[in-house]
Amino acid sequence: MEHARVLRGVAGVAGFLAAAEVVGATGLIDDRFLPRMSTILRGAAELLVDQEFLADARASLAAWGLGLLLTVAVSVPAGLALGALPPVERAVRPLIEFLRPIPSVAIIPLAILIFSDNLHLRVAVIVYAASWPIVINTIYALRDVDPLAKETLRSFGFGPMSVLLRVALPSAAPFIATGIRVAAGTAVILVVSAELLAGGAEGIGIYITEAASGNRMDLMLGAALWAGLFGVLSNTALVAVERRLFRWHDVRTGAAR
Amino acid sequence: MLEITDLVHSYGSHRVLDGVSIRAAEGELVCVVGPSGCGKSTLLRSVAGLIRPTGGRVLIGGQPVDRIPDNLAVVFQDYSRSLYPWMTAANNVALPLRRRGLDRRRRREAATAALDQVGLADAADKYPWEMSGGMQQRVSIARALAYRPSLLLMDEPFGSVDAQTREDLEDLVLRVCAHHGMTTLLITHDIDESVYVGDRVVVLTRSPARVAADLPVGLGDSRDQIATRQLDAFVRLRAEVGRLVRGGSSTSTVLEKH
Amino acid sequence: MNVIRAVGRLWLVPVTLVVWEVATRAAEQPFFPPPSATLARMGEMWLSGPPAHLLLTEQAMDDFGPSLARLFAGWALAAVLGVAAGIAIGCSPRLSGYLDPLIHLGRAVPPPLLVPFFLALLKLSTPAQLTTIVFGIIWPILLNTIDGTRTVDRQHLETARIFGFSTAQRLTRVIVPAAMPKIFAGLRLALSLALILLIIAEILAGSGGLGYRLLTAQRTYLYTDMWGCLVVLGLLGYLLNSAFLLMERRVLAWHRNARQTT
Repeated sequence: MEHARVLRGVAGVAGFLAAAEVVGATGLIDDRFLPRMSTILRGAAELLVDQEFLADARASLAAWGLGLLLTVAVSVPAGLALGALPPVERAVRPLIEFLRPIPSVAIIPLAILIFSDNLHLRVAVIVYAASWPIVINTIYALRDVDPLAKETLRSFGFGPMSVLLRVALPSAAPFIATGIRVAAGTAVILVVSAELLAGGAEGIGIYITEAASGNRMDLMLGAALWAGLFGVLSNTALVAVERRLFRWHDVRTGAAR
Repeated sequence: MLEITDLVHSYGSHRVLDGVSIRAAEGELVCVVGPSGCGKSTLLRSVAGLIRPTGGRVLIGGQPVDRIPDNLAVVFQDYSRSLYPWMTAANNVALPLRRRGLDRRRRREAATAALDQVGLADAADKYPWEMSGGMQQRVSIARALAYRPSLLLMDEPFGSVDAQTREDLEDLVLRVCAHHGMTTLLITHDIDESVYVGDRVVVLTRSPARVAADLPVGLGDSRDQIATRQLDAFVRLRAEVGRLVRGGSSTSTVLEKH
Repeated sequence: MNVIRAVGRLWLVPVTLVVWEVATRAAEQPFFPPPSATLARMGEMWLSGPPAHLLLTEQAMDDFGPSLARLFAGWALAAVLGVAAGIAIGCSPRLSGYLDPLIHLGRAVPPPLLVPFFLALLKLSTPAQLTTIVFGIIWPILLNTIDGTRTVDRQHLETARIFGFSTAQRLTRVIVPAAMPKIFAGLRLALSLALILLIIAEILAGSGGLGYRLLTAQRTYLYTDMWGCLVVLGLLGYLLNSAFLLMERRVLAWHRNARQTT
């Protein structure tokens, strides 16, 4: 069953590539604008040995990783604090509800004014925008903790702090992890958006801007393809980590995705 | 009317039905009773054409079942999953009638009439989630009635309702099946119920299921929840079915009486 | 009573505004105008028009008109395509097997990266913006529709088979309504994503609209205008989400109620 599924997936990808190549070969589409599939794949392969691209990719990756790390460091404690202290959460919530719907990329122009360093700019934008899913998931997760589990521990004379550490945190962890996975996806979009908008010296967004001005469609699409593959891999890896860490967690779907 | 001959079904190497043969005459109400997990539902799904059995044959009105027959209706146990929650009771009942070539007005009339028969004339415009479990199962029964099938299949139809509702529904089924002269195959794990409702009770063995006994009930057509259950014949037959379901062999004394 | 409760709930908002006002006035930092100035500028920019136009100025028409048109056109297009394709794929495990890897790859490509490509391919900014929005937001709609279609209760489908529903009936009366809660969740996610992509597309491939205005304000040192754009974008996001929730609650009343009773 699993085997057939993999085969089908491979066949689907191969079929798509072949179909795109055939359409390209008919000459219906001007290949200066939409290059043939084989050209795009060759471009993507070339990027792997293109020092400039590799440096740009590394720079984006560093900003992404650093931004995500900082996001987790800021938003998990913030979410825990808000989740553990309902009065504070109630007071802050209207602010959250107004700030959250601001489309994240709209703050990039403001961030450009504040941060002169491009790495700082990207990291700051990530921390602002990618924190929401983690904070919100953490608050909801803490609110969802089985009260019986908490009362059991309390009846044995544990204080509120150890209840938080021993019951609330473990049972909220899977939801927090989901929030982090969503945040990781958001962070990718923000890194490249910031690079495209703010310019700068290095980054995959910069690479694509330059490829665009050189009319190298194959390199643009090749770079986008690698970004997509990176997204698939990082998401798969995070899902795998979640599965390993939280095997005890009964599958409760329906949480924010 | 219904002829099930040597029905065999296996899921992989696991055999569920092992040569089951059941017949039902026109207008007869046959109860199939057996221990939980013995393959009763597989039997019903084979008759309905929802699955293709590994071996054997099902004839309805002389026609072999090779796809879902159009003169058959099913009432499932889980009404909450068989009624569509996004439609009112009347629409749930009326929707299948498109197949009967009725126009909108006639469909609506037929649905209202069927709901009236099950005592839900006032609930036509209610949604399933606005009704109790018993009411929802009545809507399922109305849907089957309005469809005017020649064969009605019921899969543990009273399994998810409380005792009082259950008795009401049993009497409702007895009444409407007799009224329409419908041939009915009712599957249940409840021994008491099989004897109370059935014209005949077919007892299946533990998995893989075979027919352990095919007993005529012979309690007459009019039954009463209290009086019928006190009859000696009812009590004896219930004990007999009970023994068979638990895996005992048939004691011939009961069979001779009928 | 309600007023007291609302004050109890919202007290931090005026407090924040006052602190912000005092702090920005004290700092006199050009990047951070006081909120009162931002608000005044917003009114001047967008709400000082003739009463016949509901006070909306010409500039408001220029800023909001194209943006909203693009937003809704892109969203509607993605909804139609995503739901149709999602139902087709969800109904066929075979088809979904072939397409799964492609869908996951497509979803993972950061849509902003494709804006330069779409712009070069399509030459004109509006088609490029629409394509960016559609490409970026179709994935949650598609995936949720596939999921919703695939997880229709088996007994709902068997009932349809027993009563001999036609293919069209099965689709419109059973599969689509059953998948609707998930489809709506996808559409709502897509709506907030559409606003994000609209802004980035207008900034990168711009010719009018709120995103373009935001960028020009920043580049021409009109920081109060820029803050006004930010505030109005937040309001827009909030309103869109609330409006959608309201609609969802109406359309999916059966879903909410059915879940409560079982």
